[in-house]
Amino acid sequence: MYQILKIAIRDLGRNRRRSFFSALALAIGLALLLLVASFFNGEMNSAMDSTIRLQSGHIQVRAATYEESKASLKWEDLVVDPEQIVAQIESLDAVKLATPRLYASGIVAVREESAGVRIFGIDPLSEANDPYRVGMLEGEFLTPDDRQGVLIGEPLAEKMALQVGDSINLSVNTSGGDVDEQAFTIRGIYSTQTFGFDSLTVFMPIAKAQTITQTEKHTSFIFVLLHNKDDADAVAAALQGTNNQIRTWTQMNELILQTEAMANSYIYFMYLIVLGITATVIINTLIMSVFERTREIGILAAIGMKSRQIMSMFLLQSTLLAVGGVIMGLIFGLLVVTYFTQNGFYIGNMGLTGMLIGNTIYAQLTLEDTITLTVISFIITLLAGLYPAMLASRMEPVQALRGGK
Amino acid sequence: MEVAKIENVTRVYKMGEVETQALRGVSLSIESGEFTALVGPSGSGKTTLLQLIGCLDQPTSGKVFVNDKDISKLNRSRRADMRRGTIGFIFQFFALIPTLTAYENIEMPLLLTGESATERRTRVTHLLEAIDLSDRAHHRPDQLSGGEQQRVAIARALATQPTLILADEPTANLDTPNGKQVMEIMTRLNQETGITFVFATHDPRVIEYARRVVTLRDGRIVDDNGKEK
Repeated sequence: MYQILKIAIRDLGRNRRRSFFSALALAIGLALLLLVASFFNGEMNSAMDSTIRLQSGHIQVRAATYEESKASLKWEDLVVDPEQIVAQIESLDAVKLATPRLYASGIVAVREESAGVRIFGIDPLSEANDPYRVGMLEGEFLTPDDRQGVLIGEPLAEKMALQVGDSINLSVNTSGGDVDEQAFTIRGIYSTQTFGFDSLTVFMPIAKAQTITQTEKHTSFIFVLLHNKDDADAVAAALQGTNNQIRTWTQMNELILQTEAMANSYIYFMYLIVLGITATVIINTLIMSVFERTREIGILAAIGMKSRQIMSMFLLQSTLLAVGGVIMGLIFGLLVVTYFTQNGFYIGNMGLTGMLIGNTIYAQLTLEDTITLTVISFIITLLAGLYPAMLASRMEPVQALRGGK
Repeated sequence: MEVAKIENVTRVYKMGEVETQALRGVSLSIESGEFTALVGPSGSGKTTLLQLIGCLDQPTSGKVFVNDKDISKLNRSRRADMRRGTIGFIFQFFALIPTLTAYENIEMPLLLTGESATERRTRVTHLLEAIDLSDRAHHRPDQLSGGEQQRVAIARALATQPTLILADEPTANLDTPNGKQVMEIMTRLNQETGITFVFATHDPRVIEYARRVVTLRDGRIVDDNGKEK
């Protein structure tokens, strides 16, 4: 066996360049798989994280009849007495914070231009607004008693050529089904690096929002953040029993979860393509090696080497290629993934309102993916070596000695 | 004692629709210790005959015995077993494994027969001395001359102490001095060890060394001086 191994190693050494490029094909394949897996993870985690942080929270408490898609403002569709509910929710240990929010649709009009927006009535003092507060590019954040000020996102400011201090006309739906129009002053421009959110969302203090929409002390929902999102179901269970509906982040973000499941199957398909190409390169190299060594196979057979020994010699060769390729691929792949984990990959303005995606994806590679992809690449290479090895072992010695002719 | 016996053997090769009769009813008996030349022009069937005796190929009809064992119907694996340790081959091209050194090439058949490390070392060292290549033991084939490579091939054929060595045009690719040296080594080893040598050739200088000359033409034996010179 040792001599067979020696022949296998030296034969790889005989065609160093070819062996190197075959192993490199595997290495690039594996590195690519690791990169794809890490981007996919990063994107899905960031989509979920952004959507929770900016939009859905971990839990929302809504009136039983509230429908998010209609941004309903009728009193019967809204949460009554929100302060009391907030206090009740915040008394739970698992809860980090709770804050009332009012959500209405409207239209911004400036000069000849107009754009549809969503108005977020927020409690400016709540920590829940930190993601918006840290994203302030210009101007000041809102104060609770500001009756004139709004914040707009950077994409909207750019689109309508607006600056801090400019005045805009805002038409807002009211609980009675009418539209009220008022002039507001832009107090600040923010960016959460999430186009789908920033281009649509206009912030104003919740008290002002309640006034203009004529919803008085009602709110659309209570926005709840937990210390740990895995506690969502337990907290939701604890909050049941009122007239309100309790929605957890998994229920609110089904779109993301479904997209993830669907993308998963595409990703597996892509893995198959990459591994298929890699396997073809390996098979090609080994078949070339078999044909070049036809006479050698004949000699080994003539001195009494059995078919299965000849086969194991070629299988050893593909194992060596696989080991080399996988090691190279891991080093190469982890280096590239580490770079993109730290620096991210700019994808620009993507995403929808239901699935917020930041404009930069940061790669996130799990240990599980690393192990699975490495093992699969290794096994595929071994399988690829099977056919050439069988080809070699089935050669008739007489023909092999003639050089296969 | 008979080392090999061939009884009315034919061998037909099929290349697509064309059939080539390489041997047309050959019978031959090789006694232990012979130093026999198979001669004849190209295509006369010399190589085919060697391959049949060497268990590399099977006859279309007739029987082949090696050491009194009928090998004409053995399967592939059994034929490999038969070759290993019983028959040594020397080819026209210097058939060494290019990635192994002279020493390792000679050692290869011993690894296949499962000899101990000590036994392997003793035999390989002795054989390297016998072919006068001790100083080239750790050179690869591409660092050896054609004559040196063929001497290593002879040593490899002898390594397992087989009963029969088959050589197919062993000097065809060598110049006169090297060809002479190879033949002298083969003659000496035949005399010293008593191992039977059968070689195919059409080189008159090589035929001179043979004690028995079997002449083939068109797949038939047309002359056999039959007895030792």
